[in-house]
Amino acid sequence: MAIDEMEKKLRPPEIPLKPYPPKVITLASGEKMVVREARREETGILLGTIYPLIGVPSDFYDIVAARMYAEVLGWYRYRVANEFVLVGVIDGVIAGIVNSRHVSSKLGMSLHTLAIKRGLRVGAQLFAAKMENHIDVLGEEEVYIVAESPNGFKRWMIEYQLEDRSSQYPEVRSELGGVPTYVLTRKLWDAVREVKCTGTRPVPEKDLKSAEKLIMPSEYVQIPGFKR
Amino acid sequence: MAIKVGIVGIGHTRFGNSSEYDLADVMAYAATDALQDAGFLERRREIDQVVVGNMASGMFCHQSGVASSLISRMDMEPVPAELVENGPASGASAIKIGYMAVASGMADIVLVVGGEIMRKVSGWEATDLVATILHSEAEYDMGLTLPAFGGMFTRLYMEKYGLTERDLALLAVKNHRNGAKNMYAHIQAPCTIEAIADGPEAAVVNTYVAEPLRMYSTCPVSDGAAALLLVNMDSPKVRDFKKKPIRIAGIASATDTHCVHNRKDPLRLEAVRLAAEKAYKMADLGPKDISFAELHDAFSILELAISEEVGFFERGKSFLAVRKGETDIDGRLPINTSGGLKSKGHPVGATGVSQAVELVRQLRGEAEEGRQVRNPKYGMSVNFGGFGNNVVALICAKD
Repeated sequence: MAIDEMEKKLRPPEIPLKPYPPKVITLASGEKMVVREARREETGILLGTIYPLIGVPSDFYDIVAARMYAEVLGWYRYRVANEFVLVGVIDGVIAGIVNSRHVSSKLGMSLHTLAIKRGLRVGAQLFAAKMENHIDVLGEEEVYIVAESPNGFKRWMIEYQLEDRSSQYPEVRSELGGVPTYVLTRKLWDAVREVKCTGTRPVPEKDLKSAEKLIMPSEYVQIPGFKR
Repeated sequence: MAIKVGIVGIGHTRFGNSSEYDLADVMAYAATDALQDAGFLERRREIDQVVVGNMASGMFCHQSGVASSLISRMDMEPVPAELVENGPASGASAIKIGYMAVASGMADIVLVVGGEIMRKVSGWEATDLVATILHSEAEYDMGLTLPAFGGMFTRLYMEKYGLTERDLALLAVKNHRNGAKNMYAHIQAPCTIEAIADGPEAAVVNTYVAEPLRMYSTCPVSDGAAALLLVNMDSPKVRDFKKKPIRIAGIASATDTHCVHNRKDPLRLEAVRLAAEKAYKMADLGPKDISFAELHDAFSILELAISEEVGFFERGKSFLAVRKGETDIDGRLPINTSGGLKSKGHPVGATGVSQAVELVRQLRGEAEEGRQVRNPKYGMSVNFGGFGNNVVALICAKD
């Protein structure tokens, strides 16, 4: 059997995903954060950005970074079906990354949210963008979500008032290890979209251009003394 | 003739997240900083009294006896040490007790340390624990919290005087501008009016916390500590310190009803007014003499309301002064030069002491470039306990 034939067998079937239209958000600092889809050829920069955080235990950065690293690598190597990765970019520098999986026309599987720049609600904005992609762009009815940190639980489960479907296990289960699964439904999203999700479209050419070439952060507040 | 009391040493940790550290260690850091500043670290056992301000280490950290703990961390036994608690004004109350110890002649040198670790618990739990200072049956059990009071107070003020949400955002812009230059501030990041008020994404970026209060009208939950070394300025010991004392010209406190609904006018902060009046009288000064002020802006509305109660502005007019930039660093009366609680942070037990540290830094001319007030003579701080039911006002002077 030819290697490319074997490779075909290893790859999951893909559903072509509608592209996420980029947007720009003015953060409280006045900085413009462009939110756009990451491209597969940018994987190296994404992995290089995520990698240092694997060693940060506080706020569960280690588990989120380790899992996201594997998921993004899986996306690059065609081992995860229908994954999408969004990046928040300020002046070209990656401020945060979110990734997710489109399971079917009705269901999305939220994977991870990694806020690199802190204190400006970058994570909250990117999570909202991810949900926007699931429900408004891809047209799903529900997204399965789990939290791996108290911050995540507070931000997603409590602030979005997600439905607790953990009692329906194993019928309802996130792919992230059987932990309690919460659900964002279209109805819940309609109730919170206005207060959680923002951004201007189309992105002005100048801002879009600034986010064209991704740059790895040279410093991390999570890792004092880190210099790239 | 009363004994004159001065501040000869100041110490401060960077406010923020110190939840991985022990409260006594964080306090010891600030205390050591103050003793080094005074050139008195090696002689610390000669201190007559240590007064610690802390609001709720029992709840936040499951820890009590912090004054004794601090003494051991500092290797200062057998110096006497006690704890003072007055909610979010614990720090200024500790200064007041320290002042009284020196002014009474009981002590010549007093170390005052205020500190709090709040981030061992979640932000929501911290809000709940701080809310325990409210009336247990009439307020707390009804679900009221301090942000809820802040929101209601803001709404009333808006309806009565025409304040807008944009005015509150202007305060955040001013205070973050100052805090961004303060090495001790929790949030050292400026914000822009476009991003938090005027722009198309502002409503989400600056989301509501307790309508009409938004995130940028509300202080963060912070950890940290600050310390002062007080000395009897009439004692020969005053020559033993490295730096010239900054005199405490006036310090006073006052109380108001525990339940806010028992006040004749919920927009009036009587305890603020009374504490300030007593402090002015003690200092033989008035509002016009004050060069700059640190006011307890746990919610931005309080900076405005307090500035009116202490006589800086006519009632209902302070936000007009903010619009004109009168409270900016280079304005007629700079307010919250440190960034205030909004940007510098608010570790409740530390705040009053932190405000005093800022008064001293400004009066010595030691504030960072870009936020140093020009030739200040008198600085005033107001530390607000409860929802205005136990307030301490302090005036410091550069003689």
